[in-house]
Amino acid sequence: MTGTVLQLEHVEVGFATADGTVSAVSDVSLAVAEGEIFGLVGESGCGKTTLAMATMGLLPASATVRGAVRFEGNDLVGLEPEELRRLRGDRISMVFQDPMTSLDPAFPIGDQVAETITAHRDVDTKTARARALALLAEVGIPEPERRYGDAPHRLSGGMRQRVVIATALANEPALLLADEPTTALDVTIQAQVLDLLRGLRRRLRTTIVLITHDLGVIAQICDRVGVMYAGQLVEVAAVAEIFRAPRHPYTQALLAALPDQQQEPGSLRVIPGRVPNLVTPPPGCRFATRCPSVMDRCTVVPPLAHETPEHLIACWLSEATKRAADPAGAAAAGGAA
Amino acid sequence: MSGQVQAVDRVAPVPAAPPILEVTGLVKHFSTDRGLLGSGATLHAVDGVDLRIHPGEVLAVVGESGSGKSTLARCILRLIDPTAGRIVFDGRDVTELRGRQLAAFRQQVQPVFQDPFSSIDPRWRVGKSVAEALDAFQIGTKHERRERVLDLLDRVGLDPSLAGRRPHELSGGQRQRVGIAAALAPSPKLIVADEPVSALDVSVQAQVLNLLADLQRDLGLAIVFVAHDLAVVEHMSHRTAVMYLGRIVETGPTETVFRDPRHPYTKALLEAIPHPDPERQLTGGGLQGEIPSPIAPPSGCRFRTRCPVAIDRCATDDPAMTAFGDGHAAACHVAAATLPTD
Repeated sequence: MTGTVLQLEHVEVGFATADGTVSAVSDVSLAVAEGEIFGLVGESGCGKTTLAMATMGLLPASATVRGAVRFEGNDLVGLEPEELRRLRGDRISMVFQDPMTSLDPAFPIGDQVAETITAHRDVDTKTARARALALLAEVGIPEPERRYGDAPHRLSGGMRQRVVIATALANEPALLLADEPTTALDVTIQAQVLDLLRGLRRRLRTTIVLITHDLGVIAQICDRVGVMYAGQLVEVAAVAEIFRAPRHPYTQALLAALPDQQQEPGSLRVIPGRVPNLVTPPPGCRFATRCPSVMDRCTVVPPLAHETPEHLIACWLSEATKRAADPAGAAAAGGAA
Repeated sequence: MSGQVQAVDRVAPVPAAPPILEVTGLVKHFSTDRGLLGSGATLHAVDGVDLRIHPGEVLAVVGESGSGKSTLARCILRLIDPTAGRIVFDGRDVTELRGRQLAAFRQQVQPVFQDPFSSIDPRWRVGKSVAEALDAFQIGTKHERRERVLDLLDRVGLDPSLAGRRPHELSGGQRQRVGIAAALAPSPKLIVADEPVSALDVSVQAQVLNLLADLQRDLGLAIVFVAHDLAVVEHMSHRTAVMYLGRIVETGPTETVFRDPRHPYTKALLEAIPHPDPERQLTGGGLQGEIPSPIAPPSGCRFRTRCPVAIDRCATDDPAMTAFGDGHAAACHVAAATLPTD
């Protein structure tokens, strides 16, 4: 892995609502390296999809984005809509949970792939068609020549998602954002699509940010993973490390809540309480209201800091977080920050 | 295939008790509209299913989209009429019940759906939703019904003060608890839960699974647990039935089915689980292709078009259930051939 493809710096996203501003993403910084599959995991409302939409410039007008989203040398925050449109489907593309979000129901699938190419590249229709056929074959559509003229409704859900992936890859993007790409699929079809994504990364070195609530999917295909809770990024680590030695109390609680045949029915670990209201989030760490290790200092936001070169954590239990908050070296001081 | 080899159920909770529910040769066909699918086509949603469940037992029904598991659940609930077959509940044939008798049956067999709004009215206050069955059947006095609602809310882990709230004021997990409280209200003997936790986040899912397990144990409920999530099924159920294209292809004690699957489809399904453990990687040699249309299911074994071990016979002979002992059975020619012949 060489360069950094995507770098988020202190990204904040707020949504204006009748009840006040919802703080959907709070001070998120992270870097995704070229050729890696980076997983972003968390439960409903944790901000993982909002973060992806902010990256793509696809948030509604009610949203305010602060901070920087650096991609290939540009800050995408504040970029003109026309420039963003040029990037989308070209250098960055996105795959959503429901393939019909991206596909036109009344239009042959092959033409939809070809159109993505002609929209961004100066090629004739014959070239675009040939490239679309190659892409359909690449993503595992059987008999692409015969399927080229089919409307999406003729295809199964798994095949539709393959077409969306073909469209997303049409212009060889530097970055693919996949938001719950297999959540609507059956488990055997999910396995096929995960295999496809893995193969694409290997052959094309596409950088992939995979957003999912499914820790199993994360474990199967990601290199590194970021865990989000209530708009905050609480932990980042290599995937093996997250599952073997989770450090943040939320990550630990989330993994412990997974169903397990070793445990008696009725004895699964639960996370007490509820996700806080993000119009008036608690000050400091947003997991503090449910955390078994909560302490006074948790009313101050813990900075995300390097526990090891590969493992970042935002929790006052971590020496790294304490050092980052107080670089003068008074880590032992504790108490007030 | 129906009813030829009846696997013997030996179930931990009450092995000697007669089944609370016994389904024999159940068939549900839908005729499709004219148009894209062609006129007069028949969709074989459920095509000859036998199953039984005992008091205090959790029977999981697993399978992918199009396996017929939800149609089977709706037949058991008598929300739709089966095309053929028999449903015997508590020793009584309920297949043809109508009117008041059907209403009485429905007190005994209650649904819990993936989306609680399928069973609770979004406009009603929580208390009214939970009381619906009690009111409809005039169970107890008004005061007793009111007390029962508060007890039920408490039982499912909700603050009784929520009785005056409307569903939109609740979280997804709380709404599912309301759905469960409403299902428990008429003191059913059997709950048919169709993907009850699929829409919930992991941490909330754990709470609802714990609740269902506690209720099941404390009240001696039988639960038909329809689900696609195999990790949830393995954790929750005593026995598992695996469905493919309208048929049960394998059934047995959950631990046996997961540890020693006999049907190639069950094996493929288990191999496709993305384990939350990076050291248990998917092999990538998973199942190819997709489930065929239930309008024209393959001849012989329905799984043969995707089966990695299919033999010639699979195209012509529909495999019957073969017993592997201890209530474990699978419908597969290749698996049957592994048994010593006598």
